[in-house]
Amino acid sequence: MVKKITLPLTDEAIKDLKAGDSVLISGSMLTGRDAAHKRLFELIEKGESLPVEIEGEVIYYVGPAPAKPGHAVGPAGPTSSYRMDKYTPALLDRGLKGMIGKGARNREVIDSMIKNGCVYFAAIGGAAALISRSIKKAETLAYEDLGTEAIYRFYVEDFPAIVAIDSKGNSILVQSDKH
Amino acid sequence: MEIRKIDAAVVTETVKKLYLDMNYHIGDDILTALKKASETESSPIGRNVLSQLIENNKIASDEEIPICQDTGMAVLFVEYGDRVVIENGSFEEAVQQGVRSAYIDGYLRKSVVRDPVFDRINTKDNTPAIIYTTIVPGDKIHILAGCKGFGSENMSAIKMLTPSAGIEGVKKFILDTVAYAGPNPCPPIVVGVGLGGTFEKAAMLAKKATLRPIDSKNPDKRYSELEYELLSEINTMGFGPAGLGGSNTALGVNIEVFPTHIAGMPVAVNICCHAARHKEAEI
Ligand code: SF4
Repeated sequence: MVKKITLPLTDEAIKDLKAGDSVLISGSMLTGRDAAHKRLFELIEKGESLPVEIEGEVIYYVGPAPAKPGHAVGPAGPTSSYRMDKYTPALLDRGLKGMIGKGARNREVIDSMIKNGCVYFAAIGGAAALISRSIKKAETLAYEDLGTEAIYRFYVEDFPAIVAIDSKGNSILVQSDKH
Repeated sequence: MEIRKIDAAVVTETVKKLYLDMNYHIGDDILTALKKASETESSPIGRNVLSQLIENNKIASDEEIPICQDTGMAVLFVEYGDRVVIENGSFEEAVQQGVRSAYIDGYLRKSVVRDPVFDRINTKDNTPAIIYTTIVPGDKIHILAGCKGFGSENMSAIKMLTPSAGIEGVKKFILDTVAYAGPNPCPPIVVGVGLGGTFEKAAMLAKKATLRPIDSKNPDKRYSELEYELLSEINTMGFGPAGLGGSNTALGVNIEVFPTHIAGMPVAVNICCHAARHKEAEI
């Protein structure tokens, strides 16, 4: 069964999401990856204001390919989430409610998700052309100088994802015992 | 001995075409393997992921857009015939120009930064490409080209094993590397293994192994059996498609070997995702 959910997510909606649920997401989300996370994290550390309000938002870890004429966005699949782990608890403390990426998260992130009531969705790594069909519009919000790594706002309809780690910390990701 | 003249523009056009082609159209080897995997996959989520990957490859091919947004760093293995002379430019620059125009004109993502540590500023045209050239007898140029995404590249590893580690040591290191990578490198993966040579030779062999079609086998039976055995073992690890659990963690294991020193047994593991993009051409 596929659950349809709408952004922004309410606390109740987050509680209803269980690890393993397939979802189709509609609404608007932020994007950001390595370089944008580093900048946001440094601003939070210094106690400065952010160029984009992240409270209540869901962030998608993605660096899209350029859009062909006539397309809203180029192929845009998830990037590996673990590279954002270092910065994530600070963003969750600041009110970020959800993340979309691929692969494992560390213990600190999962603990912070439980504490703050957040959810982590997995999008299918490498399904970039397919995923981009659900992205109807993209606007640059901040850090335009970063190119593909800038923060965009994506307006999506039925964006396919799976709840990988829910707000209780349950995970369907097959983690490696080598970490 | 006759010299053959090749115009630099021909090299540029050939390289450009290779990069557009590999980024839009996944190879038949991968497509067949994905279809086979979707028939054998034990997990329902896994089957769903595999059918989305097959669908993704079809959309990319039909619309001529990249299969994956990470269109990678360009790596080329070139066999350059010793009777070839390049006219109207240099071989190196002709290749770089081919990569540059593919990434700019083909709406491919530019993912290369000019310095690894201090100023990570994008070069904006995905150059430089990494070119390994061998001079061979003849009047042709053979190019084996790939583009390597870094989600999987970052999960790769090399170890200088010593002879006493034996075949068990080799297997353990390969399996440990795959297990450590887990769900991160976009499974189902392609595992490229380089055995022997020196430190850098093993790594290059591993890269080359990822560019070999996955329905091919190492010609030495001992190694083709090892490829098969490792693939079976990896597929019992349970990571599955997209790391969401299942029986298809890898599509193939390719091993390349080279003679080595009496004191050494280098082993390199280059992990590649299901978007294993490679094409070849001869000029
Ligand atoms: S690992 Fe491969 S499939 Fe996954 S995002 Fe990177 S290039 Fe794409």
